[in-house]
This record gives sequence, structure tokens and C-alpha cells, in this order.
Amino acid sequence: MTTVTQRPPDTEPEPTHRAARAKSTLRGQENRAGLVLVSPTFVIVLVVVVLPILWTIVLAFQNVRLVDIQSQGLFGHWTLHNLQRVFSSPGFWSSLWTTVVYTVGSTLGSIVVGLVAALALRKPFRGRALVRGAMLLPYVAPVVAVAFVWQVLLSPDLGVVNHWGMNVFGWDRPIAFLTQRSYDVAGVPVPMALFTVIAFETWRYFPFAFLFLLARLQAVPAVLEEAAVVDGTTPWQRFRFILLPQLLPVIALLTVLRFIMTFNKFDDVYLLTGGGAGTDVVAVRVYRFLTARFDVGLASAQAVVLAVVLIVLLGLYFKFFGRRVQEEQS
Amino acid sequence: MTRAAFQDKFFGIMRWVVIAGLVVATLFPFYYMLLLSVKPIDNLLLDPGRIWVSASEFTVDSYRSVLTSVENGGQGFLLMLRNSALVSIGAVILTLLVAIPGAYAVSRLRFTGQRKVSALFLGVYLFPATLLAVPLFVMFAKAGLQGSLVGLIIVYIAQTVPVAIYMLRSYFTTVPISIEEAAALDGCSRYQIVRRVVLPLAAPSVMATGLYVFMIAWNEFLFALLFLAAEPSHWTVSLGLQQLSNGVEVPKTVLMAGSVVLTLPVVLMFYGAERMLTEGLTSGADKS
Repeated sequence: MTTVTQRPPDTEPEPTHRAARAKSTLRGQENRAGLVLVSPTFVIVLVVVVLPILWTIVLAFQNVRLVDIQSQGLFGHWTLHNLQRVFSSPGFWSSLWTTVVYTVGSTLGSIVVGLVAALALRKPFRGRALVRGAMLLPYVAPVVAVAFVWQVLLSPDLGVVNHWGMNVFGWDRPIAFLTQRSYDVAGVPVPMALFTVIAFETWRYFPFAFLFLLARLQAVPAVLEEAAVVDGTTPWQRFRFILLPQLLPVIALLTVLRFIMTFNKFDDVYLLTGGGAGTDVVAVRVYRFLTARFDVGLASAQAVVLAVVLIVLLGLYFKFFGRRVQEEQS
Repeated sequence: MTRAAFQDKFFGIMRWVVIAGLVVATLFPFYYMLLLSVKPIDNLLLDPGRIWVSASEFTVDSYRSVLTSVENGGQGFLLMLRNSALVSIGAVILTLLVAIPGAYAVSRLRFTGQRKVSALFLGVYLFPATLLAVPLFVMFAKAGLQGSLVGLIIVYIAQTVPVAIYMLRSYFTTVPISIEEAAALDGCSRYQIVRRVVLPLAAPSVMATGLYVFMIAWNEFLFALLFLAAEPSHWTVSLGLQQLSNGVEVPKTVLMAGSVVLTLPVVLMFYGAERMLTEGLTSGADKS
């Protein structure tokens, strides 16, 4: 903790006046140094994140459009009108539901695929480093580029997926993966575009889960498993009773991180579908209200509602799984 | 065959199936991107199912069109590459300048509000970026930073500083305190200790953090779209590519060439330092 002094424990008898001053000076020095060193970060985060958030909350309760925001004072006429409009506007509730489905699907997908990948790549083999590098590509590559590749891949007229689907798998017509809201599979309607964006998000972020899970897997002591092998356990039992318990804290942490990130995700969905065909997540709606109608008040109100829903969901999660996440962080 | 023997065999085979499947799933889109970028658009339309390119049809016309400057009838991606590089490198340098002292303080010093600071930095992620967009838009307009690369850099610092501190902190704590104490006894000030002792030891971690920040800044799209859309001379590659796709009648092959141009720098950089980066990101994940 300290650099030069050991702090005396609090139970020590009152030191003399001089010693007390020296102690408080040293501790004060450390305190000041810490504050000074943190302040640049603090200022940046305050100005570019905290203040804007507070301002947005204020804006959510005002009737503002982009043109009059410059002239209007901070404390103009307060109103609940925006929130009322958010809740009663057509499409808000379905959009919130879409966001939840999208987030849960993508979080689950990326963690499950990441786990499978980490287990498969756990033992060394020739070329493992190369394979591992390949698997990180979707995470590293720019979202704009990969979103466009998926668009072309899945395109009904020149995409290779539909071409093969029709020639090899015998589809009778091309599937518009990104523009068709629903598609009948054996009589059951499947939300096609939403499934596709979930698949994209899974593809793009499984490497993140893979990295963390692989790192944790490699730290599991070999003796545990060797003993289990001697006992004649099956691989599934070894996974279920030895590896999984060791991985749970990381999985819990990944769940929280991926959930937060995906819930607020804008660019993936916006670039793939523009929010059409049943993929209208709230983040994209906020952007549309902002740029198409310049309705700052309504956009802010939606963003605030989105943040509140996220906080409530996280609160529920921590209530039930909180201990595991805390264990991981400590 | 016992159940254990059967499962051993089954999972042994499945393992290779899974590896092969994952490699195809991750690499194929990138291969496809590269393939389309060197194909004439007519050949693609004629036979969309062919996933190779013959020597006779190979062309770099798409790249020429993407890289040629706007005045000469191209898409001007060279200028955008420069903009992206400026923004990303600027973000890396400034983020590190801000995050190194911050991470050192959080990992080594006891100060008022230490715990609250960590919580605050994590809380940054709780709010959607679209929530910050409106006020930032207005603030930057007032400060005259609208449509400027500097404004974008400031946003990127705020977006990357929490991760940077997280990554650096886990490394700083592994530097033995006794080394710092020895330096202090030799008469080093706190600043000198950080500069001469801690930083050289943490160099790999600083590099990894810098790379990660670069990646985030290079790939970022939303804020570039919000702040720079009206200012074509300041477009980053991501924004330029997206605007290009909105244009009328831009062949998909040109779009793919642009995607390659956007992807290549960050992927090359990543492979140059993959080990460092993955270790920097996951350090601390292996303790239970």
C-alpha cells in the first residue's frame, strides 16, 4: 500500500503530538498524491460521461427539440409529457421486448459457443496458436466491415448462402435473412431477422467469452482431473463436477458484462438491418428519434427508460447471483 | 465398451468437428470479403456460388476505386485512413497519459473515495452510448468542436479509460512493493518511482492496453456518425464505408474492398501482438 511507511494499526495508543503530525502528513501526502493522480481520469469521465448523463435526465423531463436546446435554460418547464409519450407510443413495448430477447439470446449464445470453443482448444495440438488467433478475428475486426460482409453473404440475390441453400440443400426460394420479419419453418413462424442479428452478435462476441474461459481453464490444477480419471469418471462427469464449478465465477462475470454491453448495443443492429423487420431495439429507436425527428426530449426519455430497465434487471441478477460475481472480483 | 470409453471416443471426435466448424465459421466471412474485393462485379452476379477467383478474372479495380481521391473520381479512402489513424493514435496516447497515473493510484495509494472511483468507472458502461449522444452533441457544438477530430478523441478517451485502468491495474499490483520501497530509499520521488521503476516493468501491459484502445477507437462507429457525418473531409474509414454503402449504385465488390482496407490495419496490428493483448485482457481471470 504505502511506499515508505507502515501505517500503525488503529488500535495503537495515541501517539505524541509530533508523531501524530508526522503520521498525518505522510498519510495526507499519500491521500493527496492519489487524488492528484486520479483527477485527470475523473475530470474526463465527469465531463464526457457523468454530466451528459445528468443533462439527459433533465432533458427527458423537458419539451425540447434540437433547434431550441441552445437557447433554453437548464431549468425550463418541467414536464412528464415525454415519459408519457414513451410509454404510450406505438412500438415502444415491443421494442423493449425485442431488446430483451436480443440481449438474452446474444449473451447466452456467445457464452455457450465461447465455452465450447475453450473446451475444444484446451489441450495443446499442432497449430493451436493459429486456430486461436483465427477465432479472435470476429472480435477484433471493425463492426462496419463485418456487418457488410454478413449482409452480402446472406443477400437473397448474390449471397453465397442462399445460392448454396437452393442448389445444395434444396430450398425452393431464397431466404431474406435480414429483411424478412418472420419465416415458416415446418409451420412454425420463426422471427428470422431477429434470429440473424442474434447469430451475428453471437459470432462477433463468442471470442471474448472464449478468451476468458480458456485462461481460466488453463489455471485448473491438473491433479484434480487426473484423480477423477483414476476413479473412472466419464468426460461429461469431469466437466460437470470439476471444470464447471471452477468456471462458474467467470461465467457469471461474463454474463453481466455481455448483458450490459448488448443491451445498449447500437451499431450492430443499425448496420445490419437499420432496425427493420422486427429488430427495432431501443438503442436504434433512440437514434432514429434523434436524427429523423430531432425530438431531443423524447429520445432522452427513451434512453433514460432503457437505462432504468437495465439497472433493474442487473439488480435482480445480483440479488440472485451476486455472491458469485463478487467472489470473482475480489 | 464402457460408458467412459465410449464418451472418451465420442468427445475425442467431436472436439475435432467443433474445431473445424469454428475455424470455418470465423474465417469464411473474411475469406469471402477478400474474394469479392478482387472479383469483377459482373462475374459475381453471373455465378454467386463460386467461392474462388480465377487468375483471368482477378482485378484490383475495386481497390483503385476505393483508394483514389475524390477529386479524381474515387472514394478517397486514403484521406479517411489518415483521419482514422490520427484519431486512434491520439486516443491511445491521451488515454495512456490519463490512465497510467489513475491505475497506479487505484492499485497502490490509499485516498479518499478510492472505492467510489472504481465504481464510477464501471458505472460508465451502464448507460447507453446513445444516452450521451444528445448532450455531447450540444456541448461540442458550443465548444466549437462539432465535426472536429479533437471532439471525437475526447469521447474515445472517456470510452476507453475505464478498460485501460482495469487492464493496467491488474498488472501494477503484481510489481513487488519492495522494489518501489528500495527506489524510495534511494531518494526517488513518487513521480520518479512510477517513471523509472513501475513503467519499465509494466511495459508489456502498457503496450497491450494501448493496442486495445487503438482497436476500440479504430472500430468505433456511432460517435463518428453523430459528430462527423456532415463533414466529409473528416470522415473516418468506418464512417466513410457506411456512407458509401448508402450511396446509389455502389457495387458490392467496391464495398468489400473498402471493408478490407478498414479491417487490414487493425488485424495486422493484432497479430503482431496477439499474445500480449490476450494476456493483458484476461490477466486476473485465472484466479478464482
